[in-house]
Amino acid sequence: MKLSAAVLALSVCGIPVAAGAQQITGAGATFPAPVYAKWAEAAKGAIGIELNYQAIGSGGGQNQILNRTVDFGASDAPMDPSKLQSGNLLQFPTVMGAVVPIVNIPDVAQDKLKLTGDVLAQIFLGTITKWNDPKIAALNPDLKLPNLAIAPVHRADGSGTTYVFTTYLSAVNADWKDQVGASTSVNWPAGAGARGNDGVAATTKNTRGGIGYVENAYATQNKLVTTQLKNKDGQFTVPSMDAFTAAAGNGDWTHAQNYAVNLIDQPGAKSWPIVSATFIILPKDPKNADRGKAVVKFFDWAYTSGDDIARQLEYIPLPSAVKQLVREAWKTEVKGPDGKPVF
Amino acid sequence: MSLAATAETGEAPQTRGRGDAIAAALAVAAGLFVLLLLGAILVSLLMGGLPALQQFGSAFLTRAIWNPVTQKFGAAVPIYGTLVTAILALVMAVPLSFGIAVYLTELAPLWLRRPVGIAVELLAAVPSIIFGMWGFFVIAPLMAQYVQPWCIDTLGDLPVIGDLFQGPPFGTGIFTAALILAVMIIPFIAATMRDVFLTVPPVFKESAYGVGCTTSEVMRAIVLPYTRVSVVGGIMLGLGRALGETMAVTFVIGNTNRISTSLFGPGNTIASLIALEFPESQAGSLKLSSLLALGFILFVISFVVLAISRLLLRPRLRA
Repeated sequence: MKLSAAVLALSVCGIPVAAGAQQITGAGATFPAPVYAKWAEAAKGAIGIELNYQAIGSGGGQNQILNRTVDFGASDAPMDPSKLQSGNLLQFPTVMGAVVPIVNIPDVAQDKLKLTGDVLAQIFLGTITKWNDPKIAALNPDLKLPNLAIAPVHRADGSGTTYVFTTYLSAVNADWKDQVGASTSVNWPAGAGARGNDGVAATTKNTRGGIGYVENAYATQNKLVTTQLKNKDGQFTVPSMDAFTAAAGNGDWTHAQNYAVNLIDQPGAKSWPIVSATFIILPKDPKNADRGKAVVKFFDWAYTSGDDIARQLEYIPLPSAVKQLVREAWKTEVKGPDGKPVF
Repeated sequence: MSLAATAETGEAPQTRGRGDAIAAALAVAAGLFVLLLLGAILVSLLMGGLPALQQFGSAFLTRAIWNPVTQKFGAAVPIYGTLVTAILALVMAVPLSFGIAVYLTELAPLWLRRPVGIAVELLAAVPSIIFGMWGFFVIAPLMAQYVQPWCIDTLGDLPVIGDLFQGPPFGTGIFTAALILAVMIIPFIAATMRDVFLTVPPVFKESAYGVGCTTSEVMRAIVLPYTRVSVVGGIMLGLGRALGETMAVTFVIGNTNRISTSLFGPGNTIASLIALEFPESQAGSLKLSSLLALGFILFVISFVVLAISRLLLRPRLRA
């Protein structure tokens, strides 16, 4: 503590310190930004690497790393394999997160409403328009659902959350896949848009009959009314860390190209169906070997010591086998200008 | 003595002349710089938007589609949203502004004119993000819980106009956006109207009052005909501001790329679509190019409106 204070004092004075903080810059996804910020805070004290992360959005992160204006980019949607190839970039996952539906129906309590992916897709397609629709009623025989118009609320800004949610809807509903598809922003057939997780949450809260989707962490922190979802095994699951971890454990990491593993709608009795990883993209040939090394060191530290921080913020840490795979990739693929591996 | 005097008279104008020349050159450069900047922005928007305009042709202007998945983009929805919200805002703001201007120039007691005038001008100084937050957290819930359910239940079933009041009560939407815009442009229109009403020579009004006209007759027969062109110019100024407003509208318009017949339906404007989609647009993508083309279209629309407003206001506000 005393030492780090002294180091801080020295670096404030502008005197170079031998073990001085190595600065690295990253930009991209907003979804993992809270955990990257916490990691940065902890890593500064632990290993002397200072991360400056700008949450400018996944698309922006991909653009920035393709132009090499930052040391690494971050993206919720995996980068196109051909772009990774042409840009000579390495992609690896850091943490996983879940997306949950939130609703505002009079007299329907937390995690009481049961939905299937198919019904959810039809709601957002605008083909199911009332809460007392027979298709919803059939799933919820013990709930008294009102004759109320459904007001679907979606993200208006392009976002990784939308990418994950629409990927799920495409996986479980053929009409959604044909008519809308999956992307960071799509052509929504029904409902209204709002800015950011907070905008979707507030609009859903204000609108009687509203239904929206947000990051799980956001729903927990703001005590939003979430729903159950039917998973691939036909079981209704409540959104919880156990359910998310179960889904994450079932992903086929070893065969996924560029670790772009598909965690959507995984089998397993306990699996929550809407889970996804978020990715870091870094150059395989960093211009500055020291900075390239610092980036890898930072994420190595995060893999080793960052799991608790991630759990506190309701993110799901990677399975340790996956971390080992990624570490191997760092060793063999990221090389400095002299051709030697940086890690 | 005389030598010194000639030196003085000879040198002083020379230095002043050089100083003048430098100052004049700097001023000209500054003036030209603005023109250059304007041109550069216009050209770079056009260049950026060219791939989209080439891909979609003139259909870009008329097609009501915005689908990033299939890479099909059209500008009809945001152009429609921009024009409809701005015009609705004018419909609400113009009568109110007219009332404010008449009150301030004809009816208000002299001691009250300054405070009310300043209050109107202060309204113009409120940052647009504040209007956005106020709209989203105060007005939208009020609309969603009280105004819209009532309108939908009572007016929604009427023939013809019923279509204007359909759909779920989101609180946000075209109508709410227009309402917020109206509040934002009132100070501009009201202040311009007040200023041009004050340019009416008192002798005209005094003569009218002298032959027994009432205040409303004076307004109708003397003030309005005398200032008509400038009043329209002031309205255009408000319209120009409403067209380009981004932040406040983005909060409350519902951000959906569909044309809705209902006033309460969500929509999008050019500015809010650009603000929302820009961060997730890949460099070199058709989407980014389409957004830049939209920016170009907005630039042209705003430029035309403001040019008309300047043209109409020029004769009155020259003093």
